[in-house]
Amino acid sequence: MTVGFAMLVHTALGRAAQVARHWAKNDCPVVIHVDKKVKRRKYLELTASLADLDNVKFCKRHSCDWGTWSLVEASQSASELLLAEFPEVRHVYLASGSCLPLRPVEEMKEYLAERPMTNFIESVTTEDVPWTVGGLDIERFTFRFPFSWKRQRRAFDWYVNFQRRWKFKRRIPEGLVPHLGSQWWCLTRQTLTAILEDPQRPAFDRYFSKVWIPDESYFQTLVRLYSTNIESRSLTLSKFDFQGKPHIFYDDHMQLLRRSDCFVARKIWPEAEKLYSGFLSDDGSIFTGAEPNPGKIDRIFSKAVERRTKGRPGLYMQSRFPNDNWENGLTSSQYSVFEGFTELFEDFEDWLARVTGTRVHGHIFGPDRVEFSGGQKVFAGALTDSAELRDYNPRAFLTNLIWNTRGERQCFMFGPADTQDISWDIAKDPNAQISVISGAWAVPLFYSNANFSEIRREAAALQKIEAVHLEVLRSVWTKARVRIWTLADFVESPMEPLQTIIDEIGARNANRLTEAPRMRSLEGFGQFLQNLKNQGMQPHLMGDFPTGANVPSRQKPRKPYLVK
Amino acid sequence: MCGVEGAILGIVRTYRLRLLRKRWRIRAFRKRREIKPIVDKTDTIKPRDILVFCTARNERVRLPYFLRFYRDMGVGHFIFVDNDSDDGSAEYLAQQPDVSVWTSKASYKRARFGMDWLNWLMRRHGHGHWCLTIDPDEFLVFPFCDTRGLRALTDWLDASSIKSFGAMLLDMYPKGPMGRQPYREGQDPFEIANWFDAGNYMIEKNKKFGNLWIQGGPRARMFFPDNPARAPALNKIPLVKWHRNYTYVSSTHNLLPRGLNLVYDEWGGEKASGCLLHAKFLDTFAIKAAEELERKQHYAASHEYKAYHEKLEDDPDLWCKWSEKYINWRQLEILGIMSKGNWA
Repeated sequence: MTVGFAMLVHTALGRAAQVARHWAKNDCPVVIHVDKKVKRRKYLELTASLADLDNVKFCKRHSCDWGTWSLVEASQSASELLLAEFPEVRHVYLASGSCLPLRPVEEMKEYLAERPMTNFIESVTTEDVPWTVGGLDIERFTFRFPFSWKRQRRAFDWYVNFQRRWKFKRRIPEGLVPHLGSQWWCLTRQTLTAILEDPQRPAFDRYFSKVWIPDESYFQTLVRLYSTNIESRSLTLSKFDFQGKPHIFYDDHMQLLRRSDCFVARKIWPEAEKLYSGFLSDDGSIFTGAEPNPGKIDRIFSKAVERRTKGRPGLYMQSRFPNDNWENGLTSSQYSVFEGFTELFEDFEDWLARVTGTRVHGHIFGPDRVEFSGGQKVFAGALTDSAELRDYNPRAFLTNLIWNTRGERQCFMFGPADTQDISWDIAKDPNAQISVISGAWAVPLFYSNANFSEIRREAAALQKIEAVHLEVLRSVWTKARVRIWTLADFVESPMEPLQTIIDEIGARNANRLTEAPRMRSLEGFGQFLQNLKNQGMQPHLMGDFPTGANVPSRQKPRKPYLVK
Repeated sequence: MCGVEGAILGIVRTYRLRLLRKRWRIRAFRKRREIKPIVDKTDTIKPRDILVFCTARNERVRLPYFLRFYRDMGVGHFIFVDNDSDDGSAEYLAQQPDVSVWTSKASYKRARFGMDWLNWLMRRHGHGHWCLTIDPDEFLVFPFCDTRGLRALTDWLDASSIKSFGAMLLDMYPKGPMGRQPYREGQDPFEIANWFDAGNYMIEKNKKFGNLWIQGGPRARMFFPDNPARAPALNKIPLVKWHRNYTYVSSTHNLLPRGLNLVYDEWGGEKASGCLLHAKFLDTFAIKAAEELERKQHYAASHEYKAYHEKLEDDPDLWCKWSEKYINWRQLEILGIMSKGNWA
């Protein structure tokens, strides 16, 4: 008793011959189906090259197209010949020309001999399959598919939609429950002959010949009629990508394949010389010594599919440039924006860096240059401090900065004196934590030595810019975590908000703040605002500051108390 | 805009691009007389060969390594247009068994920087082949290139029904002034120029042709900090399964029909892509820049070369503290400069 192989071949005939010879030499009969599209000369070359082996036969040729009935016909012809010619065959293994055995043939024979009545065929009901390409599941069995999916896609789609709209249905033959599964199976003689010799076969064949991708459903469905001893998995390792196209194995997958627990893998790149010479050699050493770890293959290929469909969030590059709202994350990781803090506190940036252990920049959108942390002229990823380069594409600048510093949280200062083009981007970015002390830009003006008329003009301009920015932050499209305090509210109790922000950053010393930044004295600030008002300007973003000396009446520059 | 109007505009746009494509093809046809074959071995090209198309001028010293690099990668035949070299390039190329050489004394600029010549030769010899169109200082890196040849990539692209493959130009530079380590013939240029900028690239979409427009890198950083709009384009689509109706538009930055320019994913995913390592910034660069400025044969009134020339006066160092030292393609993939896409 042994296993026989039915091989479907259409390209790389040389490799197919190599594998067929390997099986035949190990006393496994092989029947090869060669696609009728293969040139006669090449076909004759192939038959001649295997002529010395009397347990290799060639069956009737059909012209095969991807996903069509012809593939089932080819499998039928090959298995019929195999069963008829080689009575010692108990299991029939359907393989393709780009399959490669991963384990010694003897091992496989033993394995099957121990399970003489088991059919290995993936066979799943349509409700349970996750892999349907084109969104067709049960419709594969109830619609008609006269157009080629590969070559006449438009007609194909149109006709499917047409049938959907008019609720068109084909009748599924009595007794059949549609099942789907991998095209590559290993069935027992008993089951396979039952399928092939069934008096109803002409009717079934007629029905399946118009089902979509019958090679994934014909045997998978019929096997359920004749056998209860089904192990619903394929012995062939075959991974599919998001378009339903099989992944290809190369020389560098050698270690991976050694650690698979499958008997056969597909597809192998025809020029993967190392794989062919390794796995087909008589030297058994390649098969031993590797701990089976089939999960690794799964991981690698599912990661590849994920990279192709979801990509790396926050990355913009030559082959990933998402349309608006398809970014799957505008930036790659979380960052914090502080507005008005450096204006209010004397040593805010140093303090923040110390307390949170993050990278703290100054005004990276400053009008003259990018104020990178530590005054660097160039920063991660070779971003430069040139304001022109940054303003040429501010979004690219920000996303690059966040991407280049993956693993280290970035904090930066922002304010109405900065380039505002980035306003919407940070507002719409869920990764941004934006904290604003509105009106704090007035503090440096309060301390400035400029003429008051200039100060007044400056104040009006800044207030206008900040008002627009705050409107953006309060809009319905904002996804950032935004906190806004007026200067007056913030000054009232500065430590609570600071604590909240720091906690959210998740700093390394997550406990209570033990050190506060030094706040600038605001004595006389109320009067300053009053003066602005007297000059006809209305400073409204700072909140209510009482005029005169009875302001938050403290004698010394206020050191904020700590919330213990 | 209502649907009908949109559809009509779409048809009009498609038709205009078709006319443009025809125009470039007719132009290539007219310019065919400007090039004369020196050695034509194109009858030795086999049906599955991968072809390299290249224009060169006085690049003799670079050629041996260039040819070796791409032969090892699996290129079957090279087609060169030698633009009036006087350093023996054409003679050297003519001796090679797998190289066909054409020569032209005509204006490089008026042949749209050589593209008219190459478009013609590609139409004649590239149809049905995977064609790699590059300069002699560009070296292709693609996912798994250390273990799989170019044929593995093109087979995979064929199996995935992908017709064009993007590879961004990555400017490589040495540490220290460019003139310090001279380049020897046959040497791997990236033994000298093995640094690059990892994350300062800026991308926009070209609405007309649908390609991405990428700028940045050391050239934008050093030569164009005050005028970024002039910084050279880095997006390239060098590898295409050629059809005689295709045409490159502006260098290899974009092609027509415009579907070929869609080498990027717009829905959040990543397509597979590579990089063209650019070995421009070697000791040969200063000489080249002066010469090119003299000839005035380069893009946009040679602004690029003017900018270089000004800076080159003081032998600049493109290297900075944040430069990245080149290791291999996996590093470029991790840095997000290229991607494996769904190739595994």
